[in-house]
Amino acid sequence: MANTTSSVQRLRRVYVWEKPVRMYHWLNATVILVLIATGFYIANPIVINSNREASDLFLMGWVRTIHFIAAYIFLFNFIFRIYWGFVGNKYARWKTFIPTNKGFFKEMWQVFKIDILMLKGKEHMAVGHNAMAGFIYFFTFLAFLVQCITGFGLYASMSTNWWLPKLFGWVPAAFGGDAYLRSVHHWTMWFFIIFVVIHVYLVFYHDYVEGRGEMSSMGGGWKFIEEEEFKKSEEADAKPK
Amino acid sequence: MHQPPTPTYLEEFKRKGYKRRDFVKFCTLMAAYLGLENKGISQVVKALSTKPRLPVIWLHFQECTCCSESFIRSSHPIVADVLLDQISLDYTETLMAASGFQAEEAMKNTMTKYKGEYILCVEGSVPTAADGVYCMIGGKTSMQILEEAAEGAKAIIAWGSCASNGCVQAAKPNPTSATPIHKLVKGKPIIKVPGCPPIGEVMAGVIVHVVTFGRLPELDGLGRPKAFYSKRVHDTCYRRPYYDAGLYVESFDDENAKKGYCLYKVGCKGPSTYNACGLTKWNNGVSFPIQSGHGCFGCSEENYWDNGRIYERASAFPGFGIEATADKVGKTALIATAAALTAHAVMTNVRKKKLIKNLEKQGTESEQELKK
Repeated sequence: MANTTSSVQRLRRVYVWEKPVRMYHWLNATVILVLIATGFYIANPIVINSNREASDLFLMGWVRTIHFIAAYIFLFNFIFRIYWGFVGNKYARWKTFIPTNKGFFKEMWQVFKIDILMLKGKEHMAVGHNAMAGFIYFFTFLAFLVQCITGFGLYASMSTNWWLPKLFGWVPAAFGGDAYLRSVHHWTMWFFIIFVVIHVYLVFYHDYVEGRGEMSSMGGGWKFIEEEEFKKSEEADAKPK
Repeated sequence: MHQPPTPTYLEEFKRKGYKRRDFVKFCTLMAAYLGLENKGISQVVKALSTKPRLPVIWLHFQECTCCSESFIRSSHPIVADVLLDQISLDYTETLMAASGFQAEEAMKNTMTKYKGEYILCVEGSVPTAADGVYCMIGGKTSMQILEEAAEGAKAIIAWGSCASNGCVQAAKPNPTSATPIHKLVKGKPIIKVPGCPPIGEVMAGVIVHVVTFGRLPELDGLGRPKAFYSKRVHDTCYRRPYYDAGLYVESFDDENAKKGYCLYKVGCKGPSTYNACGLTKWNNGVSFPIQSGHGCFGCSEENYWDNGRIYERASAFPGFGIEATADKVGKTALIATAAALTAHAVMTNVRKKKLIKNLEKQGTESEQELKK
């Protein structure tokens, strides 16, 4: 070990994404894909004519059922994630999503310069996700909220008498009718689609330029972090801001 | 001078030559529309035989009179008779015999004589631009007339989409600043009965409810009577099974249209419209738009002229104009994103070449070390 060449960095396995975070992530990814696919069908159904009697068919019925079930899973999963933001490890906390200090914005600026504009400078190496990612996720959570409110608002009047969807009964009136509500719901879906494309791309990007196992981190939960970088990040976290 | 007491509805009926049997039939019909149970019929009968007729002032502002037309065509003949003659429409420009000074006098009399008791029915919206000159009657702006009449009213019924949410004259750019009643009158109970026009039986039902129970019907969050506006047209549509089955008309002359499939894809607004059309229907329960092969217009919904195109599902969104649908904007944004990401990927390989090469080198070196 003594004759290690200086250019090879020592990496440590760091447990970044806890199991509940990973499970939340993949459940969320699955239901969002289901919601987008079924949502497109509901908005503009493909006509599949059949020789069978209409009474034997229930295509739109099933698609809507799946959409609503997925919506419930999405809602409860979202509520769980809000809770986990208070009790999870420091990489899952709300502090990493909501800017509370100057350092957060400074880090965002650095990420913007180095990773987006590709300017030369000191590489930014975050242990969890960086400030820019955290801030975008914060907007994603807001979009979750919008989708839950508009979606369950539309659903309230067609649901059974269960109290949960009825909680959203005030929504159509607040938005001035179902037609507008439906538009907001549909437009916000496009935010999700574009988010997913950028998100997946950036996972590839980070894996490629950092070599820390970014892609597999959401599988096993760990990343391989340079000892130096980890120490720096720990010191930064310990420092009062 | 001795003034005769105001006659009850039953007395007025008899005077008109209706038999009691007709009267009870009418009451049964109304109780059914109101969604009352059996017991409710006797309540309606009792109320209409004992209570004096309700004084009503019916104002017309920016409107097309389709609400009045719908009202006098409600299915049961007594509906029109009772509610126009017997309900004592003390003032309504379209249907009263009096005109000019006499008419204005009649309104003034009702307003003073029945202060705090009369029901004010408003058909049409009120223009507020240019001090209200776009709609004036007898030298007064509609805003002045409304304020005067609302002052002593027990309750206000906003008939139709104009009075409830502005309708066509309030559509963009709304040159006269047409304003619905609830935004102008504060502190009075207002019942909104939207629709362009509202269904005649619904209009009659609202009045019968007020007469029978002496209070306003139960209203929803938007101020509409729950008995008629709590379900979407979609929920009571007889073509709903085709919707659930996934069988849709794609153009008005296709085979599916002949088969009577669901009109969802040709812009039917039933799924976002709250009204009683599917149940009560129109013109003596003969038909309603969907039954006649045309999608629901959404005429009882707020802002329905600006909410999107009539024959498409896609609806307009502020800031993008009526031409842009969510999917068009979304696809464009997606292509732009893909282009930006491709550019970013190329730039990454150029600008971070050293970094990536270094990572690869470190990997190879580590491997060499392990072999030692």
